[in-house]
Amino acid sequence: MSTTPSTSRPQRPKAGERLADWADGRLGVYTLAKANLRKIFPDHWSFMLGEICLYTFIIIVLTGVYLTLFFTPSLNEVVYHGSYKPMTGVRMSEAFKTTLDITFDVRAGLLMRQIHHWSAIVFVAAMFVHMMRILYTGAFRKPREVNWLFGFLLLFLGQFDGFMGYSLPDDLLSGTGIRFLEGAVLSVPIVGTYLTLFFFGGQFPGTAFIPRLFTIHILVIPGIMAGLVVAHLILVFYHKHTQFAGPGRSERNVVGMPLMPVYMAKAGGFFFLVFGALSLISAFAQVNPIWAYGPYRPDQVTTDAQPDWYMGFSEGLIRIMPGWEIHFLGHTLELGVFIPLVVFILVLVAIAVYPFIESWITGAKREHHLLDRPRNAPVRTALATAWLALYLVLLLGGGNDLFATHFNLSINAITWFVRIGFFVLPVVVFIVVKRWCLGLQRRDRDKVLHGRETGVIKRLPHGEFIEVHERLSQERLHELTAHDQLKPLELPPAVDEAGVERKVTFGEKLRARLSAAYYGEHSQVAKPTTKEFEESTHHH
Amino acid sequence: MTHQDRNAADHLPESGKPGKAVDPFADPGLPAHEPRRQDIDELAARHSERVVTMFFLLAVVAAFAFIACYVLIPKSKVVFIFPWGHVMAQNFGLGGTLGIALLCIGVAAIHWARTLMSDVELPAERHPIEAPPAVRQQVFDDFRQGAYESGIGRRKMLRNAMLGALTIVPLSAIVLFRDLGPLPERKLESTAWANGKRLINMNNDQPLRPEDIAVGSLTFAKPEGVQESDANFQEVMAKAALMIVRIMPNNIKDKQSADWGHQGILAYSKICTHVGCPISLYEQQTHHVLCPCHQSTFDLADGGRVIFGPAGHPLPQLRIAVNGQGYLSALGDFDKPVGPGYWERSA
Amino acid sequence: MEYLSARRRHPLAALVALLIALAATGGLYAALAPTQRAQANPAQSLAIDQGKRLYDVGCASCHGPSGQGSHNGPSLVGVGAAAVDFQMGTGRMPAQQPGAQVPKKRPVYPQPQIDQIAAYVASLGPGPAIPNPSQYTPGDMANGGQLFRTNCAQCHNFAGSGGALSEGKFAPELRGVSPKHIYEAMLTGPQNMPSFPDTTMPEPQKRDIIAYVTSATDPATFPSYGGLSLGWLGPVPEGLFGWIFGLGVLIAASIWIAARTAKARKK
Repeated sequence: MSTTPSTSRPQRPKAGERLADWADGRLGVYTLAKANLRKIFPDHWSFMLGEICLYTFIIIVLTGVYLTLFFTPSLNEVVYHGSYKPMTGVRMSEAFKTTLDITFDVRAGLLMRQIHHWSAIVFVAAMFVHMMRILYTGAFRKPREVNWLFGFLLLFLGQFDGFMGYSLPDDLLSGTGIRFLEGAVLSVPIVGTYLTLFFFGGQFPGTAFIPRLFTIHILVIPGIMAGLVVAHLILVFYHKHTQFAGPGRSERNVVGMPLMPVYMAKAGGFFFLVFGALSLISAFAQVNPIWAYGPYRPDQVTTDAQPDWYMGFSEGLIRIMPGWEIHFLGHTLELGVFIPLVVFILVLVAIAVYPFIESWITGAKREHHLLDRPRNAPVRTALATAWLALYLVLLLGGGNDLFATHFNLSINAITWFVRIGFFVLPVVVFIVVKRWCLGLQRRDRDKVLHGRETGVIKRLPHGEFIEVHERLSQERLHELTAHDQLKPLELPPAVDEAGVERKVTFGEKLRARLSAAYYGEHSQVAKPTTKEFEESTHHH
Repeated sequence: MTHQDRNAADHLPESGKPGKAVDPFADPGLPAHEPRRQDIDELAARHSERVVTMFFLLAVVAAFAFIACYVLIPKSKVVFIFPWGHVMAQNFGLGGTLGIALLCIGVAAIHWARTLMSDVELPAERHPIEAPPAVRQQVFDDFRQGAYESGIGRRKMLRNAMLGALTIVPLSAIVLFRDLGPLPERKLESTAWANGKRLINMNNDQPLRPEDIAVGSLTFAKPEGVQESDANFQEVMAKAALMIVRIMPNNIKDKQSADWGHQGILAYSKICTHVGCPISLYEQQTHHVLCPCHQSTFDLADGGRVIFGPAGHPLPQLRIAVNGQGYLSALGDFDKPVGPGYWERSA
Repeated sequence: MEYLSARRRHPLAALVALLIALAATGGLYAALAPTQRAQANPAQSLAIDQGKRLYDVGCASCHGPSGQGSHNGPSLVGVGAAAVDFQMGTGRMPAQQPGAQVPKKRPVYPQPQIDQIAAYVASLGPGPAIPNPSQYTPGDMANGGQLFRTNCAQCHNFAGSGGALSEGKFAPELRGVSPKHIYEAMLTGPQNMPSFPDTTMPEPQKRDIIAYVTSATDPATFPSYGGLSLGWLGPVPEGLFGWIFGLGVLIAASIWIAARTAKARKK
């Protein structure tokens, strides 16, 4: 746009503009900027959760690169004579020794280690909450299913990269985790033994696994994750952000503030807030004190042997599993380890494939850009919460020894509680949450039809006392009634137009039943119709 | 319940066109923008500007403090800070100043955005992701044209040969992984224990005598000849670590287990049969040993039987006896592979 | 169900829900709380008058009039003076109530009286004597750390924070335990702890372990270099802290960032 004063003669453009012209001539930046510079992003606190993930990921990469400058990924043994006196003369691997050096000899080394570790803990937690937000609001629906999968892969890879990361220092706790890994891989039928010896380059622990984990931890997985992050963000830009229904906010638009300048400042500022908060946490609270754990030795162990929180639910699975083992034809099937391994994958896969199951049940083909309030999708909300309950009860199982000591309980009783809770809690939670959602829907319906309770009591001329209800504003009425209510799918007629009997497949029957469970009269409260609304207004 | 509408009429939308039914739930459209104080009061705006500037300047100050901490605080200095306790002074100082510097930049940028940048909400149109039918048709046509020109549909031999080459060549890379490690063979079945090897106390590297082991005590041992400085010490101990207890003979329930020991001295593998943690939480009154990793519980008075938790088979017991010089020594290797179960393990 | 949902918004509904939740928690606790009872060690005999008199008043009801034990307490014949000094010096004996394990508390008897009772119990049968200070002066901490991780950390945790055993029993925290009591515990194996007699854990090694434990449980000699120690309990408290103070604070920041700035005119 031209804002130059009309009086001036043809002027040489300013330096910044010349640079932009140069870039445009080679990269075509103007077309890109035209579409994105004033891109609109809606404001809602829950839309910032993904940003926390992105920023912690960047902080992890930055601090991780710094740590590689000082860390030696090697299991060669050395005798320690460094500045941490309580370890003087102790045999340890070079990996553990260099981690001690980073902690006690590199200035800011401990800080970088702690920022790296705390960021990893927050990174996975933020991805988890971000995923649950997407799940509860239905933001995974068409056209965003692919981006849901990208996000899921990031969570999945993030968990494993975290596990590998805290395994690298070769301290007593991390070595115990690697020993668990050995046992878990050994339990895989037929190929487990081979996989184990190939991974460790021989028998446990060998000298190969730290260098191998290092390459995977700092190169392979972060590389894949960086690619997925970029793809994830491109799709967020391409699809434009979802929004909640409200006055002026529809399926056909997105309302908010422009990227330049408001979101650049807000998102850029938020990066500094995240980095700053994690620096303060790393200054104030200690994480993974490897000098206290000591170097790994396969004949030593410490109690409170737990993984970081994101592996906690798998720890719970393995702790509650009964010791089943099947022997046949000279072979052993180690179900006590293998079943938890499979269930661990299934718990994660269940959440990954959910969007595709819902879209199959719904049969909806249109795009969705307005978010659901969780109450308006009671079955989905109840399923998500049931999954969450399962996850949390397993997390409790993973920390059963600490809960036992700190709440004066018996570890065996907690284990039994989790064993039963694993099956019972999700069902109970599903029922409770679904009814809770229906209750909230009923309240919304009452509000639309009868208005808001004002708390003002009025006495009518004939002596009756009534509470004054205030009609909702047009904005609120629209907000509370903007959601779609799907009807259950009906089975196709058993006889087609030509009068030929057609076979109803099992898939079609299942789908119709599930659809009825999702959208039948027991799963949603009909929202008020115009007619009902008018009757209620003319009632008095 | 009865109720009364106070001002329902105020909020009903005015009908657009006469004759058309009014939708009471219709979208009223974006509400009009309401100005903030900073939008209409220059004094308030200038106050915001000063606050933002101050935070940016504070960030600079904190950055200098960060450098000062790096240069001035000795790495080994430990200070007592309430309520943290004894902490590394440098970690506290560097993290604190870095955190403040970064937070100040963040707060400044966000406060700027919230109070001084426009907060007018703008709508942007969405466009369907799906391409219009004409574009779709064009793409299909182009693709068919390309496929036709390549001849891939007609020349089946060519196509199959290409697919074959593209499958076999990458698959051949699988052989590259063979040298990651050796084949299992029978490696997992044996440990460093053998007939005649004495039991060496982990605490002082001395061979153990039966009179050393008191009832109710717990001792850890390694096979004779194994040194901590050995190159393969970790690998050897990962399977050979031994746990020695002494139980009053009349309390031992398993006859074979008692026979494999010496006057109530029983030697069990320290490696848990679940996933291999060094199990050793021994309760001397119950004779139970608990694994700290997943709480598999074994009864050492009953042949190492599993009584709780996820372990699938008993702890292997080492047959021991007293040799001619009066030392405890092994009568052979464990009769079963130690540690977790695996496919090739026979019962 | 309709009946329930109709009364869901009743003013007393929250109270009823709270009562149900409290009752459920209490019931669950009662069901899960360990009820097994502890036993203590077997033992032998001799007699010092003072000790015998104190013993008859404070100990005989459970351990029997001549230390032979009863169904309430084990025999003290042969446990030795060290066991008495540990059990009474850490306040575990006399026990207050039956439970999975007798916890430590403030000692009931002053040290001179404990010594008298110890002398009496030692007279019942030969057993480990109370160590003299030269036996428990701290040794080499680095070696002690290795020995601690081989012999002790599996129950007491890498920094002596304690840990869980089966059926509600636990390995106690080692913070504040005196070197003498650490020595006596290793020597005698109180309650379910196995003993580590001098024959398998000679005195110099015990002194190394004492050096490690006293140092590792004292913040001045074992600083939590990185900030709050979070109890030296491993990744579980770290995870809780990360969720609450890490993600929690960042979500609070998100709410601030996304909130509307105050308008000039209040609606």
